[in-house]
Amino acid sequence: MATKTVLEGVRDALYNEMVRDERVFIMGEDVGPRGNVFRITDGFLDKFGRQRVLDTPLAEASIVGVAIGAAMAGMRPVAEIQFADFIYPAFNQVVGEAAKIRYRSAGGNTCPLVIRTPYGGGVRGALSHSVSVEALFYHAPGLKIVVPSTPADAQGLLTSAIRDEDPVMVLEHKKTYRLVKGEVPDGDFTVPIGKAAVAREGKDLCVITYGLMRHLAVEAAEALAKDGIDAEVLDLRSIRPMDKEAILASATKTRRVLVLHEDQKFGGVGAEIAAIIAEDALFELDAPVKRLCGPDVPAMGYAKEYEEAFMPNVERITAAMRELAAA
Amino acid sequence: MPQVLMPQLGETVTEGTVGRWLKKAGDAVAKYEPLLEVETDKVASEIPSPFTGTLARIIAGEGSTVPVGAPVCEILAPGEAPSVPAAPPAPAAPAGEPAQPVAAQAKPQEAERPASPIVAASPSKSPLAPAPVTAQSARDGVRYSPAVRRLARMHHIDLSGLAGSGRGGRITARDVMARVQTGAAAPPPAERVQPPHPAAAAPHGGAAPAAAAPVSRPVEPARPVPPAPPLAQPTTAPIEQPAARVAQPAAPHAPTAPTVAPAAKPAPVLHAVPIAPPGPDDTVIRLSQMRRTIAERMVLSKTTIPHAWSMVEADVTNLVAWRSKEKEAFKQREGVNLTFLPVVIQAVCAAIREYPMVNATWAGDSIIQRRHINVGVAVDVEDGLVVPVVKDADRYSLAGLATTINELVTKARSRRLTMDDLSDGTITLDNTGSLGSIASVPIINPPQAAILTTEAIVKRPWVVNDAIATRHIMNLCMCLDHRVLDGAVASHFLQAVKKRLEAWTV
Repeated sequence: MATKTVLEGVRDALYNEMVRDERVFIMGEDVGPRGNVFRITDGFLDKFGRQRVLDTPLAEASIVGVAIGAAMAGMRPVAEIQFADFIYPAFNQVVGEAAKIRYRSAGGNTCPLVIRTPYGGGVRGALSHSVSVEALFYHAPGLKIVVPSTPADAQGLLTSAIRDEDPVMVLEHKKTYRLVKGEVPDGDFTVPIGKAAVAREGKDLCVITYGLMRHLAVEAAEALAKDGIDAEVLDLRSIRPMDKEAILASATKTRRVLVLHEDQKFGGVGAEIAAIIAEDALFELDAPVKRLCGPDVPAMGYAKEYEEAFMPNVERITAAMRELAAA
Repeated sequence: MPQVLMPQLGETVTEGTVGRWLKKAGDAVAKYEPLLEVETDKVASEIPSPFTGTLARIIAGEGSTVPVGAPVCEILAPGEAPSVPAAPPAPAAPAGEPAQPVAAQAKPQEAERPASPIVAASPSKSPLAPAPVTAQSARDGVRYSPAVRRLARMHHIDLSGLAGSGRGGRITARDVMARVQTGAAAPPPAERVQPPHPAAAAPHGGAAPAAAAPVSRPVEPARPVPPAPPLAQPTTAPIEQPAARVAQPAAPHAPTAPTVAPAAKPAPVLHAVPIAPPGPDDTVIRLSQMRRTIAERMVLSKTTIPHAWSMVEADVTNLVAWRSKEKEAFKQREGVNLTFLPVVIQAVCAAIREYPMVNATWAGDSIIQRRHINVGVAVDVEDGLVVPVVKDADRYSLAGLATTINELVTKARSRRLTMDDLSDGTITLDNTGSLGSIASVPIINPPQAAILTTEAIVKRPWVVNDAIATRHIMNLCMCLDHRVLDGAVASHFLQAVKKRLEAWTV
């Protein structure tokens, strides 16, 4: 075991896969000499050369489009979108093309593409460096989406994504890159796509969440434990496919569910989770499913107050959990 | 024509009973003038009129019980023509422009105040301003979650008998499971399977007693029923429990037990003793809301809380002497009479600090020890009994206690107690001695864990330093919830109270 940051987990997954499989290559803005704006691929250019570490122009649609082509031709591209906020021009490529390739070719073609991108707020990133995009993409069948929040999950899920035969979007919360440290197994390991993880076991209520919020939820749960409220925290890890079994198990066990995500509330991932629970576990519920999410405003502001008002924090999460427990 | 709606006089209240109409049809009514009296559980409030006008038509007569939000009367605004159905010509003036223009006029008026709460009119004026009526709050009072319904059905639990630990007294799944585990109820399938329809029915005039049941906040009388009253000892026959089970609270109830035998076996009901119908010489007394609530609470207490009783004798000769000496000056200074009650309360609060478990509540899978000492004081009122609460009683001086109690008693007797006055008590005191009793077995006020009585102070021959002397003796009785308290703690507590009373010098 080694202790790493999430960033190091991402880097190690990329490095190890590039060493293991020469079809794997990276393309994106500033990934070459600059080593990625977070220094994730620092040194990669020297190690793997210009054929496998490609600086692209500022053209997201092309980044993804070219990567799709490469993937269909047998390569294993890891396309980076420098900030999730820039992904919109590539939407057509991701949803209109990549997600449909296997289906529309009746299995004749596959698209083993990975799109990695940092998302989320908390770094004063303001309008263009703070968005969450999972809700926009998770609707599309044919596309897998993972959101690791720990170093082990980051390394394991990215590894699984690279080895997956189908397009996988890997959303990394940028605030966790350096903030979150954790134990990571040595050697080669993967984390299965489509499986949630219980971050904290509990019985009085459960918080279903992902990304940075998982850590805040665990912190809130620890605070509440002192008041005798025992909260479970379920880290989804995969948005699509979503671990429906784990969701229903936690909901059934605790009977009180708080869905927590940084993304705006309306139409967010929480809506699907709530619907799943309502459909299949209604008669286990002792209280309505609550969602604590970002506000339904177009973006997170630059001003510190705006950012803090947008992002759920430990106080608000604790208060929501407490209220749910008492309902 | 604007209607006046039944207000919601408490968080979990879902209906109100019209007591007295203070105005009759045809009377002029000014805005804020008291219009009628409404009773909900134990609180009787005067409801002020939200509008100025003339009382056109009483919809809910005296004694009727209507859901919160339902109309109780119609008031004709000045200058408004009576709407067609309100034929009674009482409303003066307005030219009988019949249907058309009146309807047209009445509509917008009504549209303005569709189901609006009475509140709008009176919040700042009257100290009794009822809480806003919203569809949500009217429903919240009696809501069973899907889990609760399912568990109740599965384990044959009668939800109307459960106290709720959720917000606003809501019954939670945990409450149901706690009941399943203490095995306190399980009539065979044939019967009380449905939780009384309140959730659906309440806003539409549901069954009163059922709807009243989940209200756990409001107060209850913990009137000491003199030992062995002849009626309704629910511990007899059908319900199998509490008497037998006091010793083993956790006896698993075997939810598997209900082997289906729904073959028309009448389920155990609390009134299994046949009652002859009223004869021509008998008097049938309608149950007031208060009486009904007292009955339900007493049954709930006795069937779910294992009562144990203890008594001590306190030599309060010093206390009596002290009071005789002080009472004139006290009256002059404070404006209220000096009774023993404030002294007893202070002794009780001090003893609670030493034995905080007495100030607790059984919560099914835990015991919640309350930080605040809110002493409920039983007060006799016209139709029964109320228990207003002195909040944080340990923070008052003697004079403060005397004044506060006096205020509460006055409010109680003039029926002006608010829900807040009656809620959140953590222990109850009943001065049964004022009626001459020297020993009582009081009934615990759920969800509290203890109730104390102070008995009559009687001069007795007593042994003092091996000689016989005449002393003033007051018995102190206590009933305790044996799930929370054992004899030892209870006895220590009583001794602590007794010692303070005996050593009283101010």
